[in-house]
Amino acid sequence: MSSFISFLLSAEDPSQSISWILPEQAEYVYGGLASLIIFGLLWKFAGPQIKKAMAARTERIQKELDSSADARRNAEEEATRIRSALGDIEAERARILAEADTQAAKLLQEGRARIEVEMRDIQAKAEADIAAATSRSSDELRSEIARLSSVAAERAVSSALDDGTKQGLIEDFISKVGAS
Amino acid sequence: MSSTVDSYARALVDIADAEGNLAVVENELYRIARAFEANDQLRSTLNDETLPIERRQGVVEQLLSGKASNTTTQIVSFIVGNGRGRDLPAIIDAIVHRASSADNKEVAIVRTAVALSDDQQRRLADALVKKTGRQINLKVIVDPSVLGGVVATVGDTVIDGSVRSRLDQLKSRL
Repeated sequence: MSSFISFLLSAEDPSQSISWILPEQAEYVYGGLASLIIFGLLWKFAGPQIKKAMAARTERIQKELDSSADARRNAEEEATRIRSALGDIEAERARILAEADTQAAKLLQEGRARIEVEMRDIQAKAEADIAAATSRSSDELRSEIARLSSVAAERAVSSALDDGTKQGLIEDFISKVGAS
Repeated sequence: MSSTVDSYARALVDIADAEGNLAVVENELYRIARAFEANDQLRSTLNDETLPIERRQGVVEQLLSGKASNTTTQIVSFIVGNGRGRDLPAIIDAIVHRASSADNKEVAIVRTAVALSDDQQRRLADALVKKTGRQINLKVIVDPSVLGGVVATVGDTVIDGSVRSRLDQLKSRL
Protein backbone atom coordinates (compact mmCIF):
# COMPACT_ATOMS: atom_id res chain seq x y z
CA MET A 1 0.00 0.00 0.00
CA SER A 2 2.77 2.37 0.91
CA SER A 3 4.63 1.73 -2.37
CA PHE A 4 1.43 2.37 -4.26
CA ILE A 5 0.96 5.67 -2.43
CA SER A 6 4.56 6.65 -3.07
CA PHE A 7 3.98 5.76 -6.76
CA LEU A 8 0.98 8.09 -6.86
CA LEU A 9 2.91 10.83 -5.11
CA SER A 10 5.79 10.42 -7.48
CA ALA A 11 3.36 10.66 -10.38
CA GLU A 12 2.41 14.09 -9.07
CA ASP A 13 5.80 15.29 -10.06
CA PRO A 14 6.47 14.84 -13.75
CA SER A 15 9.88 16.44 -13.42
CA GLN A 16 11.36 13.49 -11.64
CA SER A 17 11.27 11.36 -14.86
CA ILE A 18 11.33 11.70 -18.61
CA SER A 19 7.89 10.23 -18.79
CA TRP A 20 5.78 9.16 -15.96
CA ILE A 21 4.42 6.34 -18.06
CA LEU A 22 7.01 5.55 -20.77
CA PRO A 23 10.26 3.74 -19.81
CA GLU A 24 13.62 4.83 -20.81
CA GLN A 25 14.98 3.73 -24.17
CA ALA A 26 17.36 1.16 -22.85
CA GLU A 27 14.59 -0.52 -21.12
CA TYR A 28 13.00 -1.15 -24.44
CA VAL A 29 15.98 -3.18 -25.43
CA TYR A 30 16.31 -5.04 -22.18
CA GLY A 31 12.66 -5.44 -21.81
CA GLY A 32 12.28 -6.51 -25.37
CA LEU A 33 15.04 -9.07 -25.10
CA ALA A 34 13.74 -10.34 -21.84
CA SER A 35 10.30 -10.62 -23.30
CA LEU A 36 11.68 -12.49 -26.32
CA ILE A 37 13.59 -14.80 -24.03
CA ILE A 38 10.50 -15.36 -21.90
CA PHE A 39 8.33 -15.94 -24.92
CA GLY A 40 10.98 -18.17 -26.43
CA LEU A 41 11.24 -20.21 -23.26
CA LEU A 42 7.47 -20.38 -23.02
CA TRP A 43 7.32 -21.42 -26.66
CA LYS A 44 10.06 -23.95 -26.09
CA PHE A 45 8.90 -25.51 -22.88
CA ALA A 46 5.28 -24.62 -22.29
CA GLY A 47 4.14 -24.65 -25.92
CA PRO A 48 4.12 -28.44 -26.36
CA GLN A 49 2.34 -28.89 -23.04
CA ILE A 50 -0.22 -26.31 -24.01
CA LYS A 51 -0.61 -27.83 -27.45
CA LYS A 52 -0.94 -31.24 -25.89
CA ALA A 53 -3.45 -30.00 -23.36
CA MET A 54 -5.36 -28.21 -26.09
CA ALA A 55 -5.27 -31.31 -28.29
CA ALA A 56 -6.44 -33.44 -25.36
CA ARG A 57 -9.16 -30.96 -24.60
CA THR A 58 -10.10 -30.84 -28.27
CA GLU A 59 -10.13 -34.63 -28.38
CA ARG A 60 -12.19 -34.81 -25.18
CA ILE A 61 -14.64 -32.26 -26.50
CA GLN A 62 -14.77 -34.13 -29.81
CA LYS A 63 -15.41 -37.34 -27.91
CA GLU A 64 -18.11 -35.65 -25.93
CA LEU A 65 -19.55 -34.29 -29.16
CA ASP A 66 -19.35 -37.73 -30.73
CA SER A 67 -20.88 -39.31 -27.66
CA SER A 68 -23.62 -36.74 -27.70
CA ALA A 69 -24.18 -37.41 -31.37
CA ASP A 70 -24.29 -41.14 -30.68
CA ALA A 71 -26.66 -40.62 -27.79
CA ARG A 72 -28.84 -38.41 -29.94
CA ARG A 73 -28.78 -40.93 -32.75
CA ASN A 74 -29.59 -43.74 -30.32
CA ALA A 75 -32.35 -41.66 -28.83
CA GLU A 76 -33.72 -40.92 -32.26
CA GLU A 77 -33.50 -44.62 -33.15
CA GLU A 78 -35.19 -45.52 -29.89
CA ALA A 79 -37.81 -42.88 -30.57
CA THR A 80 -38.26 -44.31 -34.05
CA ARG A 81 -38.47 -47.82 -32.64
CA ILE A 82 -40.97 -46.74 -29.99
CA ARG A 83 -43.01 -44.92 -32.60
CA SER A 84 -42.85 -48.04 -34.74
CA ALA A 85 -43.76 -50.21 -31.78
CA LEU A 86 -46.62 -47.91 -30.98
CA GLY A 87 -47.72 -48.24 -34.56
CA ASP A 88 -47.45 -52.03 -34.33
CA ILE A 89 -49.39 -52.04 -31.09
CA GLU A 90 -52.07 -49.93 -32.65
CA ALA A 91 -52.20 -52.27 -35.63
CA GLU A 92 -52.27 -55.32 -33.33
CA ARG A 93 -55.01 -53.71 -31.27
CA ALA A 94 -56.97 -53.01 -34.42
CA ARG A 95 -56.36 -56.57 -35.64
CA ILE A 96 -57.42 -58.08 -32.29
CA LEU A 97 -60.51 -55.91 -32.19
CA ALA A 98 -61.36 -56.83 -35.76
CA GLU A 99 -60.80 -60.53 -35.00
CA ALA A 100 -62.91 -60.25 -31.86
CA ASP A 101 -65.65 -58.56 -33.85
CA THR A 102 -65.47 -61.33 -36.45
CA GLN A 103 -65.55 -64.03 -33.77
CA ALA A 104 -68.44 -62.33 -32.01
CA ALA A 105 -70.36 -62.00 -35.25
CA LYS A 106 -69.67 -65.65 -36.08
CA LEU A 107 -70.73 -66.80 -32.60
CA LEU A 108 -73.83 -64.67 -32.81
CA GLN A 109 -74.70 -66.10 -36.20
CA GLU A 110 -74.07 -69.66 -35.05
CA GLY A 111 -76.06 -69.05 -31.87
CA ARG A 112 -78.96 -67.65 -33.84
CA ALA A 113 -78.84 -70.58 -36.25
CA ARG A 114 -78.69 -73.07 -33.38
CA ILE A 115 -81.53 -71.37 -31.53
CA GLU A 116 -83.60 -71.33 -34.70
CA VAL A 117 -83.02 -75.06 -35.17
CA GLU A 118 -83.83 -75.75 -31.52
CA MET A 119 -86.94 -73.60 -31.77
CA ARG A 120 -88.03 -75.48 -34.87
CA ASP A 121 -87.39 -78.81 -33.12
CA ILE A 122 -89.25 -77.70 -30.00
CA GLN A 123 -92.12 -76.42 -32.08
CA ALA A 124 -92.27 -79.64 -34.11
CA LYS A 125 -92.13 -81.73 -30.92
CA ALA A 126 -94.81 -79.60 -29.29
CA GLU A 127 -97.01 -79.94 -32.36
CA ALA A 128 -96.43 -83.71 -32.38
CA ASP A 129 -97.19 -83.91 -28.65
CA ILE A 130 -100.33 -81.85 -29.10
CA ALA A 131 -101.40 -84.03 -32.02
CA ALA A 132 -100.63 -87.20 -30.04
CA ALA A 133 -102.44 -85.87 -26.97
CA THR A 134 -105.40 -84.87 -29.11
CA SER A 135 -105.44 -88.28 -30.78
CA ARG A 136 -105.00 -89.99 -27.43
CA SER A 137 -107.75 -87.95 -25.86
CA SER A 138 -109.96 -88.69 -28.83
CA ASP A 139 -109.16 -92.41 -28.60
CA GLU A 140 -109.69 -92.41 -24.85
CA LEU A 141 -112.95 -90.54 -25.26
CA ARG A 142 -114.05 -92.94 -27.99
CA SER A 143 -113.01 -95.90 -25.86
CA GLU A 144 -114.81 -94.50 -22.84
CA ILE A 145 -117.95 -93.86 -24.89
CA ALA A 146 -117.76 -97.41 -26.24
CA ARG A 147 -117.25 -98.80 -22.74
CA LEU A 148 -120.10 -96.80 -21.30
CA SER A 149 -122.29 -97.70 -24.25
CA SER A 150 -121.53 -101.39 -23.88
CA VAL A 151 -122.16 -101.23 -20.12
CA ALA A 152 -125.42 -99.43 -20.76
CA ALA A 153 -126.37 -101.94 -23.45
CA GLU A 154 -125.48 -104.85 -21.17
CA ARG A 155 -127.58 -103.41 -18.36
CA ALA A 156 -130.47 -102.71 -20.67
CA VAL A 157 -130.29 -106.20 -22.16
CA SER A 158 -129.86 -107.84 -18.73
CA SER A 159 -132.87 -106.06 -17.35
CA ALA A 160 -134.88 -107.00 -20.42
CA LEU A 161 -133.89 -110.66 -20.21
CA ASP A 162 -136.46 -112.33 -18.01
CA ASP A 163 -136.73 -116.11 -17.66
CA GLY A 164 -139.26 -116.33 -20.47
CA THR A 165 -136.94 -114.48 -22.83
CA LYS A 166 -133.98 -116.63 -21.80
CA GLN A 167 -136.00 -119.78 -22.43
CA GLY A 168 -137.05 -118.38 -25.77
CA LEU A 169 -133.43 -117.73 -26.72
CA ILE A 170 -132.51 -121.30 -25.76
CA GLU A 171 -135.39 -122.67 -27.86
CA ASP A 172 -134.30 -120.48 -30.78
CA PHE A 173 -130.76 -121.84 -30.48
CA ILE A 174 -131.95 -125.45 -30.39
CA SER A 175 -134.17 -124.84 -33.42
CA LYS A 176 -131.42 -123.15 -35.44
CA VAL A 177 -128.79 -125.76 -34.60
CA GLY A 178 -131.21 -128.56 -35.35
CA ALA A 179 -132.22 -126.95 -38.64
CA SER A 180 -128.70 -126.30 -39.91
CA MET B 1 -102.82 -133.69 -20.20
CA SER B 2 -100.12 -134.94 -17.87
CA SER B 3 -99.47 -138.64 -17.53
CA THR B 4 -100.41 -138.52 -13.82
CA VAL B 5 -103.81 -137.01 -14.56
CA ASP B 6 -104.36 -139.56 -17.34
CA SER B 7 -103.33 -142.41 -15.07
CA TYR B 8 -105.78 -141.28 -12.40
CA ALA B 9 -108.54 -140.89 -15.01
CA ARG B 10 -107.94 -144.33 -16.50
CA ALA B 11 -107.97 -146.03 -13.09
CA LEU B 12 -111.03 -144.19 -11.84
CA VAL B 13 -113.00 -144.84 -15.04
CA ASP B 14 -112.23 -148.53 -14.63
CA ILE B 15 -113.50 -148.42 -11.03
CA ALA B 16 -116.72 -146.59 -11.97
CA ASP B 17 -117.24 -148.90 -14.91
CA ALA B 18 -116.75 -151.90 -12.67
CA GLU B 19 -119.35 -150.48 -10.28
CA GLY B 20 -121.71 -150.26 -13.27
CA ASN B 21 -122.67 -146.62 -12.86
CA LEU B 22 -120.12 -144.82 -15.03
CA ALA B 23 -122.68 -142.53 -16.69
CA VAL B 24 -124.05 -141.32 -13.37
CA VAL B 25 -120.62 -140.96 -11.82
CA GLU B 26 -119.12 -138.95 -14.65
CA ASN B 27 -122.16 -136.65 -14.65
CA GLU B 28 -121.82 -136.07 -10.93
CA LEU B 29 -118.08 -135.64 -11.16
CA TYR B 30 -118.47 -133.07 -13.91
CA ARG B 31 -120.82 -130.96 -11.77
CA ILE B 32 -118.46 -131.30 -8.80
CA ALA B 33 -115.51 -130.13 -10.92
CA ARG B 34 -117.40 -127.02 -12.05
CA ALA B 35 -118.45 -126.27 -8.49
CA PHE B 36 -114.85 -126.73 -7.38
CA GLU B 37 -113.69 -124.24 -10.03
CA ALA B 38 -116.37 -121.72 -9.09
CA ASN B 39 -115.91 -121.87 -5.32
CA ASP B 40 -112.68 -120.29 -4.08
CA GLN B 41 -113.25 -121.28 -0.46
CA LEU B 42 -113.84 -124.94 -1.35
CA ARG B 43 -110.77 -124.92 -3.61
CA SER B 44 -108.49 -123.37 -0.97
CA THR B 45 -109.80 -125.75 1.73
CA LEU B 46 -109.20 -128.88 -0.32
CA ASN B 47 -105.75 -127.61 -1.40
CA ASP B 48 -104.72 -126.51 2.11
CA GLU B 49 -101.57 -128.52 2.90
CA THR B 50 -101.74 -127.48 6.57
CA LEU B 51 -105.04 -129.35 7.02
CA PRO B 52 -104.71 -133.10 7.70
CA ILE B 53 -105.79 -135.30 4.79
CA GLU B 54 -108.48 -136.92 6.93
CA ARG B 55 -109.95 -133.50 7.61
CA ARG B 56 -110.03 -132.61 3.91
CA GLN B 57 -111.60 -135.98 3.07
CA GLY B 58 -114.14 -135.35 5.82
CA VAL B 59 -115.10 -132.06 4.17
CA VAL B 60 -115.62 -133.85 0.84
CA GLU B 61 -117.75 -136.58 2.38
CA GLN B 62 -119.78 -134.08 4.34
CA LEU B 63 -120.44 -131.96 1.24
CA LEU B 64 -121.39 -134.84 -1.03
CA SER B 65 -123.30 -136.92 1.50
CA GLY B 66 -126.79 -137.57 0.10
CA LYS B 67 -126.07 -135.39 -2.97
CA ALA B 68 -123.88 -137.74 -4.97
CA SER B 69 -123.50 -141.48 -5.36
CA ASN B 70 -121.22 -143.39 -3.06
CA THR B 71 -118.79 -144.10 -5.90
CA THR B 72 -118.54 -140.43 -6.81
CA THR B 73 -117.89 -139.45 -3.21
CA GLN B 74 -115.22 -142.12 -2.85
CA ILE B 75 -113.49 -141.04 -6.07
CA VAL B 76 -113.33 -137.38 -5.02
CA SER B 77 -112.21 -138.33 -1.53
CA PHE B 78 -109.55 -140.58 -3.03
CA ILE B 79 -108.20 -137.77 -5.26
CA VAL B 80 -108.14 -135.27 -2.37
CA GLY B 81 -106.63 -137.90 -0.03
CA ASN B 82 -103.75 -138.37 -2.45
CA GLY B 83 -102.98 -134.64 -2.33
CA ARG B 84 -104.29 -134.12 -5.87
CA GLY B 85 -107.02 -131.65 -4.98
CA ARG B 86 -105.38 -129.08 -7.21
CA ASP B 87 -105.74 -131.48 -10.16
CA LEU B 88 -109.32 -132.40 -9.37
CA PRO B 89 -110.96 -130.55 -12.35
CA ALA B 90 -108.33 -131.86 -14.78
CA ILE B 91 -108.70 -135.44 -13.56
CA ILE B 92 -112.50 -135.22 -13.72
CA ASP B 93 -112.41 -133.73 -17.21
CA ALA B 94 -110.11 -136.56 -18.25
CA ILE B 95 -112.53 -139.03 -16.72
CA VAL B 96 -115.43 -137.49 -18.65
CA HIS B 97 -113.53 -137.54 -21.93
CA ARG B 98 -112.32 -141.08 -21.37
CA ALA B 99 -115.83 -142.26 -20.48
CA SER B 100 -117.25 -140.52 -23.54
CA SER B 101 -114.58 -142.00 -25.79
CA ALA B 102 -115.41 -145.42 -24.44
CA ASP B 103 -118.98 -144.90 -25.69
CA ASN B 104 -117.77 -143.33 -28.97
CA LYS B 105 -119.17 -139.99 -27.90
CA GLU B 106 -117.87 -136.46 -28.07
CA VAL B 107 -118.21 -134.25 -25.00
CA ALA B 108 -120.39 -131.22 -25.71
CA ILE B 109 -120.02 -128.50 -23.13
CA VAL B 110 -123.06 -126.29 -23.12
CA ARG B 111 -123.18 -123.01 -21.22
CA THR B 112 -126.48 -121.32 -20.52
CA ALA B 113 -127.66 -118.52 -18.28
CA VAL B 114 -130.45 -120.69 -16.82
CA ALA B 115 -130.74 -124.42 -16.20
CA LEU B 116 -132.05 -126.57 -19.02
CA SER B 117 -134.91 -128.94 -18.54
CA ASP B 118 -134.41 -132.62 -19.36
CA ASP B 119 -136.46 -132.15 -22.49
CA GLN B 120 -134.35 -129.19 -23.58
CA GLN B 121 -131.16 -131.16 -22.91
CA ARG B 122 -132.45 -134.05 -25.00
CA ARG B 123 -133.49 -131.82 -27.88
CA LEU B 124 -130.29 -129.86 -27.72
CA ALA B 125 -128.25 -133.09 -27.77
CA ASP B 126 -130.22 -134.29 -30.78
CA ALA B 127 -129.65 -130.96 -32.53
CA LEU B 128 -125.92 -131.14 -31.87
CA VAL B 129 -125.77 -134.74 -33.12
CA LYS B 130 -127.48 -133.59 -36.29
CA LYS B 131 -125.18 -130.60 -36.57
CA THR B 132 -121.87 -132.38 -35.90
CA GLY B 133 -122.63 -135.88 -37.08
CA ARG B 134 -121.18 -137.27 -33.90
CA GLN B 135 -122.70 -138.86 -30.80
CA ILE B 136 -122.81 -136.34 -27.98
CA ASN B 137 -122.21 -136.54 -24.24
CA LEU B 138 -123.93 -133.31 -23.15
CA LYS B 139 -122.56 -131.42 -20.18
CA VAL B 140 -124.53 -128.36 -19.15
CA ILE B 141 -122.97 -125.54 -17.16
CA VAL B 142 -125.14 -122.76 -15.78
CA ASP B 143 -123.10 -119.62 -16.38
CA PRO B 144 -124.87 -116.30 -15.66
CA SER B 145 -122.19 -114.43 -17.65
CA VAL B 146 -123.72 -115.88 -20.82
CA LEU B 147 -126.73 -113.58 -20.08
CA GLY B 148 -128.98 -115.44 -22.52
CA GLY B 149 -128.89 -118.03 -25.26
CA VAL B 150 -126.44 -120.92 -25.49
CA VAL B 151 -122.72 -121.50 -26.10
CA ALA B 152 -121.99 -125.05 -27.19
CA THR B 153 -118.45 -126.41 -27.52
CA VAL B 154 -118.01 -129.77 -29.26
CA GLY B 155 -114.37 -130.66 -29.57
CA ASP B 156 -112.81 -127.76 -31.42
CA THR B 157 -116.14 -126.45 -32.70
CA VAL B 158 -117.81 -123.58 -30.87
CA ILE B 159 -121.43 -122.69 -31.65
CA ASP B 160 -122.05 -119.37 -29.97
CA GLY B 161 -125.63 -118.17 -29.79
CA SER B 162 -125.26 -116.20 -26.59
CA VAL B 163 -126.34 -112.67 -25.79
CA ARG B 164 -122.87 -112.17 -24.35
CA SER B 165 -121.21 -112.75 -27.72
CA ARG B 166 -123.64 -110.35 -29.41
CA LEU B 167 -122.87 -107.71 -26.78
CA ASP B 168 -119.14 -108.32 -27.31
CA GLN B 169 -119.63 -107.87 -31.06
CA LEU B 170 -121.54 -104.64 -30.42
CA LYS B 171 -118.75 -103.47 -28.10
CA SER B 172 -116.00 -104.17 -30.65
CA ARG B 173 -118.05 -102.40 -33.32
CA LEU B 174 -118.39 -99.39 -31.02
